[in-house]
Amino acid sequence: MMKSLGSIRRSFAPWADPASKPFISVKNVTKKFGDFTAVDDLSLNIYTREFFALLGASGCGKSTLLRMLAGFEQPTSGEIILDGQNLAGIPPYRRPVNMMFQSYALFPHMTVENNIAFGLKQDGMPKPEIAERVAQMLKLVKLEKFAQRRPHQLSGGQRQRVALARSIAKRPKVLLLDEPLGALDKKLREETQFELMDLQQELGLTFVIVTHDQEEAMTMADRIAVMSHGKVVQVATPAEIYEAPNSRFVADFIGDVNLFDGTVIGVEGGSLRIETTSGIQLRMASPEKPASGAKAAVAIRPEKIRISRQPPDHAPVNTAEGEIWDIGYLGDMTVFHVRLKDGKVVKASSLNAVRAVEDPLGYDQQIWISFGEDAGVVLKD
Amino acid sequence: MEKWSRFNVASVVLGFGFLYLPIVLLVIFSFNESKLVTVWAGFSTKWYSQLWHNQGLLDAAWVTIRVGLLSATCATVLGTLAAVALVRYSRFRGRVLFSGMVYAPLVMPEVITGLSLLLLFVAIGLDRGFWTITLAHITFTMCFVAVVVQSRLLSFDQSIEEAALDLGATPVRTFFAITLPVIAPAVFSGWVLAFTLSLDDLVISSFTTGPGATTLPMKIYSQVRLGVTPEINAICTILIGIVALGVVVASIVTKRREVHRERDERAAIAAIG
Ligand SMILES: Nc1ncnc2c1ncn2[C@@H]1O[C@H](COP(=O)(O)OP(=O)(O)O)[C@@H](O)[C@H]1O
Ligand SMILES: [Mg+2]
Repeated sequence: MMKSLGSIRRSFAPWADPASKPFISVKNVTKKFGDFTAVDDLSLNIYTREFFALLGASGCGKSTLLRMLAGFEQPTSGEIILDGQNLAGIPPYRRPVNMMFQSYALFPHMTVENNIAFGLKQDGMPKPEIAERVAQMLKLVKLEKFAQRRPHQLSGGQRQRVALARSIAKRPKVLLLDEPLGALDKKLREETQFELMDLQQELGLTFVIVTHDQEEAMTMADRIAVMSHGKVVQVATPAEIYEAPNSRFVADFIGDVNLFDGTVIGVEGGSLRIETTSGIQLRMASPEKPASGAKAAVAIRPEKIRISRQPPDHAPVNTAEGEIWDIGYLGDMTVFHVRLKDGKVVKASSLNAVRAVEDPLGYDQQIWISFGEDAGVVLKD
Repeated sequence: MEKWSRFNVASVVLGFGFLYLPIVLLVIFSFNESKLVTVWAGFSTKWYSQLWHNQGLLDAAWVTIRVGLLSATCATVLGTLAAVALVRYSRFRGRVLFSGMVYAPLVMPEVITGLSLLLLFVAIGLDRGFWTITLAHITFTMCFVAVVVQSRLLSFDQSIEEAALDLGATPVRTFFAITLPVIAPAVFSGWVLAFTLSLDDLVISSFTTGPGATTLPMKIYSQVRLGVTPEINAICTILIGIVALGVVVASIVTKRREVHRERDERAAIAAIG
């Protein structure tokens, strides 16, 4: 079962297929509150059955975009098309989407059962069918024993499940989730991430999730839209976002990164030669070939940097001398802060594959850092 | 525990004395055997049984209760709607003016409220009596209800209304199925407040009354001018009892909800821990 899900996931890429039609189309949407622009001329396409994440720092307009999809806010300009239908002027109670609220927004005066049944009753579903669907939902979120409880008689994790069950009970075409795991502790959050993914696959729904937690977005989403100040900076799969960020902002926002600023000094084979401001010689594979003299930045992830006691064979290119400045032992891996000759501190991490290392690296030790030609990404700005 | 200084004790005794001494005296003398209000002549409940034979007082009590029930109910509906409008649609034009106008009667001298209502009723040619008193009471108690309900709505989590809309409930259904049940305790408190205010209003009732519609406070006031009788003390004691009961019930309703909530929350936390 799991294996087949995995292979479906791997081959799922409707955004790469020019023939497939987006399910949700956000076209040049702007939302202003007074003079303040919360969402700025934003366009996005989301496909059927996609698990789509809106990722960005708090206040960048993620919730506002989600609330426009749900119908609680009207765009100042631009339009939103869902399944071929323009959503302009359609109130929230007539949209085929449901939302799971950040605060859960459970009805405090109703039992768990009635909370879940509320949406079904609004549709005038016959009673026996409602009872059946509610039972099914309770089973799905493993809350059968809590059907008669009120929300304030539940723990945070249980409330979160009720909110989830309530929002999928109507089988909406799209489920919107606003920081659904924000209030859970770390362990529960990680468990729930995988449960949400399984649920989405099982029900075949389209999920649009808002989060400011990049790990969460990377774990769950098929594609991520990185947002900043009301705009989308990059939309891509988690791997693309991590390995091929399109800008300094994205490189810096997702995971740890070392940025080397420099100038292009030429092309060598398929690679670009760059000299950093402090004189380090770099040779990086790059599909784009800016002219000599152009400014460029190279972003290298800590895990792609090697540490050695001797200068590597390819010296002096893609290497620099420094000393160990700080060591952070995280259990599964160790993070080294290396201080280069020019004072720049570079992060390098290595996996702790064996339990004990003979002669481990220590503080103040003189070492060399090095990396391969395809370890980094050349960013234009 | 903080230490009670002599000054603190003295001020508490003085304050409560001012508040409650007259009431305590009134209650005590309502059980006086003697007809003389100022001389204690032994315990008796005869004034209470005599009340039942005083048709004038009974009629007045009946008018008062009917006015109270009707006006409190109408004032609760209107006051709740006003509070919802003020809190929810916080951006409509003229909101400051509107909220000022809702609160003005709270501080308006009753004489002015009464007089202006009287002028209005005369101007539109309404026969003064039961209905004009009721209308007047709705007018002045409505703003108290609005204040009580508004303070509850300010701490109300609006996302539960959005959740209801999201799940397909129209705004009207959302109000009745979600908003109203959640704020019900505040609405009930507002009703109790409006009812007790209506029960003991003298000034506004006097201005807006007509033939055949005498409320209890008016009756008591007119009788007192002929001399205080123990009978009056008895009816006042009953009134005090009703008002006190209302206040106690309203605060118990609120308190019990809090206690239940806290206990359930603690139980829920213990269940995970
Ligand atoms: N109803 C509103 N009125 C005015 N400003 C708002 C409103 N809703 C959101 N904003 C502002 O818009 C910006 C984006 O908010 P939001 O979409 O909630 O951000 P987030 O990405 O954290 O979810 C914030 O600066 C917020 O203050
Ligand atoms: Mg938000």
